[in-house]
Parts: sequence; structure tokens; C-alpha cells
Amino acid sequence: MTDPVLSVQNLKTHFFTRAGVIKAVDDVSFDLARGEIMGLVGESGSGKTVTGFSLLGLVDPPGRIVEGSVKLNGTELTTLSGAALRSRRGREISMIFQDPIATLNPLLTIGQQMHMAISAHDRLGKAAANARCAELLTQVGIPSAKARLRAYPHEFSGGMRQRVAIAIALLHRPAVLVADEPTTALDVSIQAQILLQMRELAAETGTAMIWISHDLAVVSSLATKLAVMYAGKIVEQGPTATLLRDPRHPYTAGLIASLPAMAKPGTPLTQIRGTTPSLLSLPVGCPFAPRCDRQTETCLEKPPLTMEGARGWRCFHPVGHSAGALA
Amino acid sequence: MSADPSRLSLFWAEYRQNKIAVLALIVVVVMILLALLAALISPQNPYDLANLSLRDSRRPPGFVGTGGYTHILGTDPQGRDLLSAIFYGLRISIQIGLAAGFVSLTIGTTLGILAAYIGGRVETLIMRLVDLQLSFPAILLALVIVALLGQGKAQLIGALVAAQYAYFARTAYGAAKAERGKDYIEAALAIPLSTRLVLWRHMLPNCTPPLIVVATVQIANSISLEATLSFLGLGLPVTEPSLGMLIANGFPYMMSGRYWISVYPGVALIILIVAINVVGDQVRDQFNPRLRR
Amino acid sequence: MSAFLSIDNASRLFGPKLSTGEKIAAKLGAKVETRSVRAVSAVTLSVRKGETLGLVGESGCGKSTLGHLIAGILPPTSGTVTIDGAPVMVGSKKVTTRVQTVFQDPFASLDPRMKVGETVAEGPIAHGLTTRAHSKTYVSEWFERVGLDPVWTDRYPHQFSGGQRQRIAIARALAMQPDVLICDEPVASLDVSIQAQIINLFLTLTKKLDLTCVFISHDLSVVQHVSDRVAVMYLGRIVELGPVAQVFGRPAHPYTAALFGSVPKLVLDADELVHFDTIEGEVPSPLSPPSGCYYHPRCPLASPQCSNAAPPTKAVSDVRYVACYHSDAQLRLGPQS
Repeated sequence: MTDPVLSVQNLKTHFFTRAGVIKAVDDVSFDLARGEIMGLVGESGSGKTVTGFSLLGLVDPPGRIVEGSVKLNGTELTTLSGAALRSRRGREISMIFQDPIATLNPLLTIGQQMHMAISAHDRLGKAAANARCAELLTQVGIPSAKARLRAYPHEFSGGMRQRVAIAIALLHRPAVLVADEPTTALDVSIQAQILLQMRELAAETGTAMIWISHDLAVVSSLATKLAVMYAGKIVEQGPTATLLRDPRHPYTAGLIASLPAMAKPGTPLTQIRGTTPSLLSLPVGCPFAPRCDRQTETCLEKPPLTMEGARGWRCFHPVGHSAGALA
Repeated sequence: MSADPSRLSLFWAEYRQNKIAVLALIVVVVMILLALLAALISPQNPYDLANLSLRDSRRPPGFVGTGGYTHILGTDPQGRDLLSAIFYGLRISIQIGLAAGFVSLTIGTTLGILAAYIGGRVETLIMRLVDLQLSFPAILLALVIVALLGQGKAQLIGALVAAQYAYFARTAYGAAKAERGKDYIEAALAIPLSTRLVLWRHMLPNCTPPLIVVATVQIANSISLEATLSFLGLGLPVTEPSLGMLIANGFPYMMSGRYWISVYPGVALIILIVAINVVGDQVRDQFNPRLRR
Repeated sequence: MSAFLSIDNASRLFGPKLSTGEKIAAKLGAKVETRSVRAVSAVTLSVRKGETLGLVGESGCGKSTLGHLIAGILPPTSGTVTIDGAPVMVGSKKVTTRVQTVFQDPFASLDPRMKVGETVAEGPIAHGLTTRAHSKTYVSEWFERVGLDPVWTDRYPHQFSGGQRQRIAIARALAMQPDVLICDEPVASLDVSIQAQIINLFLTLTKKLDLTCVFISHDLSVVQHVSDRVAVMYLGRIVELGPVAQVFGRPAHPYTAALFGSVPKLVLDADELVHFDTIEGEVPSPLSPPSGCYYHPRCPLASPQCSNAAPPTKAVSDVRYVACYHSDAQLRLGPQS
């Protein structure tokens, strides 16, 4: 593909705590093209949120990026100074979070907060700033945008607040938007509205998006490619449709199979036995092996990344693949 | 699923990291021991009037008195060995501080939790009373009560309790109100479990952390308040001198160079109160919910 | 159909709790907020013994409040809730232990300062199901039944994972040997791979113990999987009730259709992105609901009749009920994809 707008190579973010080193993100690589939506899927402790934070340089001590590169529009982000990083954050890459209530300052009007966001990177006159804010609010689906600028966050519903957060994140037309579970706390019908809106926005503005979620269905309705994370690593990635139809990694296959929608009502669901390992005491070799029905002695080694075109997986015994399939 | 060390050992491991707090704790323990063993270690029993000789009064530190031993810290106007008097005084201060603290804790916690749990008029009544109480200077309240009830250990403790239960009540009220809305209380009530059982087994244990912090501070306050009352002559009788009274006794002599009569008891009092406060501060900091790193 | 659990015309209002100052102000003529929220409005439901009824709806629909009414946590403002004929609450006191609840947040519903074994044992001890001497054995048995190692009864809640805590919560509810189990979003806060374990546990235990269940969830696919019948709620009212396959397969109420349609579904053999429908607008505030049928401002089938009076509940078949003037038109729209 043409030069990706975001290129992450071998990213490692570790937390140095009193209890030990937590390898929250352990060798993550992916590329993102202009206007592409990528889904980053995983359960709690998989490292998906820390990956998002790492991209924006928001990892606080005792954590830090220990290795790897994050290239945004060709510029390496991991080596930038605080000021240089801040000038890019919000302007070229921005983030929205799960809880819309916490994102907005309850004491300021929406307009004031959006103005602050604008003036962080731009010099616009009041009228021009208002116009831009109203334009963006309309784009995210908030009616009577100009009047709403004078409203306070508590006057909006949860779904509306999240849209405002999205509008603020898009004020400077960033190249990349990282969305960390933005619809998890919202009702199903509101979620649907926002998902559709995001699809349109990505197409209109060309903003690339990383959609972090634990919900495969949500992510599959939005993203053209998926990356599945487990214990800090990407265990499988590829185009959404093929990955879901034909998963290679047993964890991905297990996740899909364990969804209630995949089973006949009333029958036992396929379950992945065991629980996610503590990042402080990862198993030797493949982190998923203790829970995997396909594990053998080979799995005591860490599985390397196998690439096949746009697809990749880390498994010695991938599902459904001729090379490496068990007898 | 982890096998945790006990809560107490975790608490102590963290406490140990603050060297000053550990020192303060040692000081408190030492002073308690001194107080407990006062009768054994004091060269003289300052309450036994037969022991005292006025020929020994107001003697400076190092003086060898009629008893034949050295008065390491000197003597007071009644001829009492100051070191012994300080030990006994510590005993009284700590006794009264702990007693007043304990009784205030019990009364205040009960009122606070009941107010938070029952709600409605009971809550309003109790908490407005507590607010009223808190707006009075503690010393004023204590003075009024001692004036009304007269002097004596029980009356003194009563006065201190009256002045201090409100702090416990307010803290317990805040904690109980916060816990009241939580799921585990609702779950216990939904079985259903009796109100008494829920309050005793669930509410109370979860309200204790802030109460422990308040208790340490209030014990120090009790000691300080009792010393003040004794200084003003409203504490215990003259024959049972507490640290406050010793300080008061020596006051007239401060300007004439016989500093030791006031200063040494004063230093003992300060050390005790500061040490308790430092321990209380550390306990409070540790109980603060923080990011577990 | 004999009803084991019966909710008869139950309503629950939440009025503003006026402080003394506000009461005085109101008496003096000042404007004080006195509107109450009808969290649950005239709900009539019955559940057969051994049946699992799913309760779905979005936030503010009242499903949790209805769950609280059935569980005896809140008394209804009017109407009754009975189990096998006997009322669950008398006044504000719960008078039976036959209904127990599994709460949503397993961490919050366990006392953090109590050993989990003690938490599970305290209800049975208090109500004579076991004695203090025998409680350890009793609790260990229940731990095993929910898939936990009995040796863990001496541990504290924070030492367990989310899925394990939910098992403890289930053990606590079942240790009271209830006939009716209310599950209030029991898997919402769990990881997907753990959800499957807990759902399977739920299915096994309810069958083995012949439990009557009310399963409250906002996750339609979970409800579809575990329930026999489902009730769809909107702003405190039940808009549709019936066997789960029929209600979701061929909704009779426009809201059910829209709700089901707006859930993103995992379609494994689509080469294009999945299409899903959205509902216009947002759920109105329960403080000032629309007139007549609450859903009419957002409904594609609405007519003037809908804003005049709330539609009565009528039977679509002998097992399906719906509260809509246009259910025939909705049914004619056919099955959902």
C-alpha cells in the first residue's frame, strides 16, 4: 500500500512496579492507511488500552515505552520531546475514551471546551472558531449546533456527550483517531447511531481510526481489518471478514465460538477454559497454551509471527491451516 | 488467584518504610510502658504525702534529696521528684486519653452509623446536634461540664467525651452514608438479613478505617485537653498531679530561673502528643485509597 | 398456565425526597421539583415454575427496578408481587427467602472485609438452613457446585478474578435454596471468554435445581440464549412479551424490531460491512415521558391515536402479548434478518 499514515513496529510498553515488570504491550506491530478503520480486540489485560495510550505518549510512570517505533506521517513519535509530542497530540493524532462524563469538564460550556481545544494548536478568531465548532458538531450528528455551543455537559445525554467528545477529537482533522471503547457504556440504539456516524466520518474526512473494543460484533461492523490481542501481543490480524470467517489462532476461534449468538439457544456455549494469565507471571512460551486444546510441547517456545499476505498469526498449530494442522 | 499475606503484615510493611513514623511509634510504646510501669521505675511515689519533704522543694536537677537518691530532673514546689511525677503524670494522661477516646469512639460511632442508616428525622436530629457540638470550642464545652459536674476522673472523662464524640459521629456518619448505597449492603439486606446483623457485621467493619485515624488524633487531643484543664486547675485533685498540673505548678517559677518544674513535664507532654499525631498521620496516609503500583 | 411467580399491576414511583427546608419552601409557594419518576408502570407478568424469563430494554426502561421489586429489595408503590401465592414483601420488609438475587457487579456485591466463605454462609445460618458448626461443609458443597475449589472459602474477594467472584455471588444466592433467582446483568462486567463459562454454569444449575429465573440484561444475544420467554421494556412499561424465538424472530412491537435491528451482529460470511438499523432520536427523560404510547415520537408506524392514549396490552396469540395499536402492521413486516 501507499505509505501508511501510522506505522507501529515492535512496540513494547512495560510497567516497572514493585511487584515486578508488567509487559503490558509486548512486541506489537501494525500499519494503518489513510481512512482505514482498524479494530483492536481483546479482553481485559490484553494490552489494547495501553497500546492506544502508547501511541499518544500518554503512558505514565511506572510505565514507559521500552522499545519499538511509532511513525505518524513519517515522524517518529517515541523519540520526541514532551513539547513536540504535545503539539502533535490533538492535532495529528487524538483519542476518545470510554466514559464521556469524565472527558468533559462539567464547569465549562461545550463551546468553551472546544475553543480551548482549538486554541491549543491554532489561532482562530472567535467567529471562525465558533463556525468550525458548529460545523463539527453538525458533522457528528448534534442538531442545532450553534445554540448547543452554549450548553453545559450535564445538559446532554450520554450519547450526545460522546459525540461532543468525538467532535473535539476531530477539531484539527487529525490523521489518526484512537477510540478506546467509546460505545461500551452507551445504550445499544445510541451505539448504533454513533457507529454509523463514525463510518461516514472516516469516509468523509479520511481520518484513520483505531477502534479498541472487547466486543467483536461492534468492531466487525466498523473495521475493515482486525488485530486480536492476548497477554500483550497481537496473536492474529487480518481483514475483518476473512479473519472472522476463518480464524487461525485458537484464541480468536474460541472467542468467536463462545459468543451466545453462535450457539443454539439453551445449549451449552463453547467455552475457553481457564482465565487470562496474570501479566506478572506469564506462562513459558505461548501465553495462551494453558487454555488451548491444541497445545503440544512445541508451544513451550514463543510462537513467531507467521504472515500470509495481509493475514498474520502467532501459533504453531493454527486452526484450519494445512501447514501445522494437527492430524 | 493469589495467596495474600495478612492485611496487618501488609500494613506494617508499608508503615516500616517511613522511618520517622516508626520512631514515633517506638516513642509512644516507650511512653506507654513508662506509664504502665511507673510504680516500679519511679524512685519515689509522688502521691504518697509521707514521702515528700518540703526541704526538697524547688531543687534543681542533679540534687541529692532527703531520700538519698539523685533527683535527675529536680523537684517541684511540693518536694516531689520531677522524674517520678512525670511518669505518674504520663500514666494519668494516657489513661484518661485512652478512656475518653474509647468512650467517644463507641458513642460517636453508634450515633453516626444509626443516623446514616435510619435516615429521616432521626438522622436530622442527630446530625444537627453533632453540628452544634462541633461549632463549640472543645475547651469551652469541657470547662462548662467540669464546672457543672465537679472535679474527678470520671467527670473529667465525661467532659472530654462530651467535647469529642461529635468528631467520631461525623466521621462514622460520612463513612456509613457512603457504604449504605453499596451493593454488598443491599445484597445482605436482600437475603433478607436483619438490620442489626447488617450494621454489626457489614457496616461497622467497613467504616473502621477512617475511625481509626480519627481515634489516634482524638486521643492526642484528649491528652492535650486534659492537660489544659489541669493547667487551669479544673482537672484532677492536687494530690494526683497530671502533666498539666505539674506545668501549672511550675509556672510562677519560670521567671525566677527554676525552669525545670514546668519545662520537663511540658517536654514530656509535647513528645507524647507529637508522637501520637505522627503515628496518626501515617495511619491516615496509608488508609487513603491510592493507586496500587 | 399456572403462575409460580406473579407480578400483578405493579408500579414503582420514585418521588423527590424533599428536605425539611424544601417542604417549608413549597408551603410558602416556591416552585419545588415534585415530579416523580414512574420507573415501573403497571406491569403484569407471570412466570411458570422452572421457566426463565428474560427482561430486556435500554437504560431507564425499568428492568432493574422491576428486578428489585421481584427480589423484595424495593416495595412496589402499588400492585403485588407473589411467589406461589405468598407476597414477597409486607410493607417495606421482605418476608420470604424464596427469591434471591445475583447482582451485576460481583466485586461490589461482596463485602470486601469478609471472607467469602463467611459471606456465603451468613444467610443460611441466619435463616436456619445450616448451623454455624456445619456451615463450613455446607459452603464447601456450594463452592464445588459452582466450580470453585472449597479451599478458597478463607480468601477475600479481592483475591479472586471477576468470573470467580460472580461464581461466589451465584453460590451465595443458591445457598439460600431459593425457588426464584433474579439475575441482574450477571455477565455484563465479565470478559467475553468468562461470560460463556458463567452462562453455561447458569444453564446447568437452573436445570438441575429446577429454578424459576428472571434474567435481566441489555445484551440481547445473551437473553436470547438463556431465556424461554422474554419481556421487552420501554420507559417502565412492558411493550412486548412472548417466547424468545418468536419475539426476536418476528417482533410485534416496532421498538422490539428497532432494538433488535440496531444490535451489531457478527456475520461470518459477509464480504461487506454489516448493515444495521438505527432508531431515531433518544430515549426520553423518565421525568417527562411523552403522552400516550411512550414510543410514538420515535416510531415509524406512529399515528395520531398513539399520542392520545397508551395502547392496552392485547394478545397476539395465546402466548404472545403486545402493547401497540399497530402490531399487525409490524408483524406483517416479517421476520428480522
